[in-house]
Amino acid sequence: MAVQVIAYQLLSLQAPLYLMAIKAGFPSPADDYVEKTLDLHEHLIRHPAATFFVRVSGDSMAPLIAHGDILVVDRALTPHSGSIVIAAVNGELTVKRLVEQNGSSMLVADNDAYQPIALTPQVDCTLWGVVVHIIRTVV
Amino acid sequence: MWYALVDCNNFYASCEKVCNPALAKRPVVVLSNNDGNVIARCALAKALGIAMGAPFHQCKEIIARHNVAVFSSNYALYGDMSRRVMETLATCAPYVEVYSIDEAFLLCDVPLAEATDYALQVKRRVMQWTGIPVSVGMGATKTLAKLANHIAKKRTQSGVFILAGDSYCQSLLETIDIAEVWGIGSRYARMLRQYGICNVWQLIHADDSFIKKTMTLIGLRTVYELRGIPCIQWEDAPPPKKAIVSSRSFGSPVTEHRHLEEAAAHYSAIAASKLRRQQGAAGAVTVFVSTNPFKDEPQYSSSATVVLNMHSAYTPDIIAAAHTALWSIYRQGYRYKKVGIMLTDIVPSQELSPTLFTCMNNYEKRYRLMQALDSVNRQHGRGAVYFASEGAVKPWAMRRRYLSPRYTTHWDEIPVVT
Repeated sequence: MAVQVIAYQLLSLQAPLYLMAIKAGFPSPADDYVEKTLDLHEHLIRHPAATFFVRVSGDSMAPLIAHGDILVVDRALTPHSGSIVIAAVNGELTVKRLVEQNGSSMLVADNDAYQPIALTPQVDCTLWGVVVHIIRTVV
Repeated sequence: MWYALVDCNNFYASCEKVCNPALAKRPVVVLSNNDGNVIARCALAKALGIAMGAPFHQCKEIIARHNVAVFSSNYALYGDMSRRVMETLATCAPYVEVYSIDEAFLLCDVPLAEATDYALQVKRRVMQWTGIPVSVGMGATKTLAKLANHIAKKRTQSGVFILAGDSYCQSLLETIDIAEVWGIGSRYARMLRQYGICNVWQLIHADDSFIKKTMTLIGLRTVYELRGIPCIQWEDAPPPKKAIVSSRSFGSPVTEHRHLEEAAAHYSAIAASKLRRQQGAAGAVTVFVSTNPFKDEPQYSSSATVVLNMHSAYTPDIIAAAHTALWSIYRQGYRYKKVGIMLTDIVPSQELSPTLFTCMNNYEKRYRLMQALDSVNRQHGRGAVYFASEGAVKPWAMRRRYLSPRYTTHWDEIPVVT
């Protein structure tokens, strides 16, 4: 028991000594320049609660978006004409460009081989989010 | 100042629909651990008459007939979606108190005339940002906000309701049963009805001394709250848990001591990581085992507690204690249905004074090892790194046959878009 108490005192002595050393010294001129490492999350994600990642299958948005790319999707943004969006069409998530023309909207693939989808009340479609970044691994 | 209670509608079922739009027009049910009972139903499934808590095997016919989508509980998904909802709410109000996985109180400062617009805005934002539908109830106290939420869910199309001003009136409150009031359990409700107090309006106008006599001060506090006088404290963070329990039923009965030992180690590891997350250390480890009381076979249940030499959050300490306890209660010849671990005598780990014993035990090293373990498991999913004593195969593990992808927490399982 006695041994334990001594050990405790030794340990607690260390802290004040350390603190005093800091207080007595001059502040380091480098203190103002302390940099944290870059966090990609901070760069890519504006609304963490509303941001989802999805993976692309297929080439409907080629050449901009390729098969296997990861898309960063922000649901907090409101899409406008020209936005690349994720939409739920007939129960499937799809990535397309939203084009608004003369009061009507459609989902257009960048790849000409795909037909545009006109957004009429008959089409089962919900806009799901706005694509804000494309992540592609190149090695 | 106003309280708003935001409650997610059919939360688990709604989570399943967010990343899988094919489910939008299909009835969805979510099953409890081991796929035993229905614990969540979307609106379409409710309309089919599938009851809350109904045993899964009794619903199989209706499920097949109506093409109902069935899911095992996907707590990785629900936990992450809950975080998203709460973070979204934090952008809507200066104070948010998370009340449960799918409910939160907001403290908001808007004039009565704008309250409905505000509530609708909160609802719209949570829907847009997270895809989760919510109901919003507002009132002058938490109890009124909770009651307003009930009205929003049951009686409005919009899903929002403000219980104040003109709506706080006899003609409405008379139609609400006292059992719907937060804090009035079924026992008090039955007792109050015997005295002729059946609806909320009557309860509000009940005599103070009568309420205090029959329902104690806590009941009186509820009545004050119904009258619009705030009595229930604001809690910014839920207090650290005094006990941590980790237990599950087995997928199939377990007879071998070796498998019980593995399960006990597994639940010890889960409980210990929860303990570290709240920066606690436990002083005692309790193990309990039981057979299935619903089966006509020999029954046995028991528990034992091991008090640790010193408080610990080090998984091997917890596992060792759990195994000691298990050895003392294990009886051969029973078909065990459940094993569980409970950690008690929890203290904040920074309050522990270092002793010679802790130094000798490489306290620092052990602490860093647990930190590394937790961070790997956080990044790569629970169970990415585990103790050999937990067993690799886990033949006793629970059944989760209908698990959906962990859409938001695992790179391999994120949604696919075409």
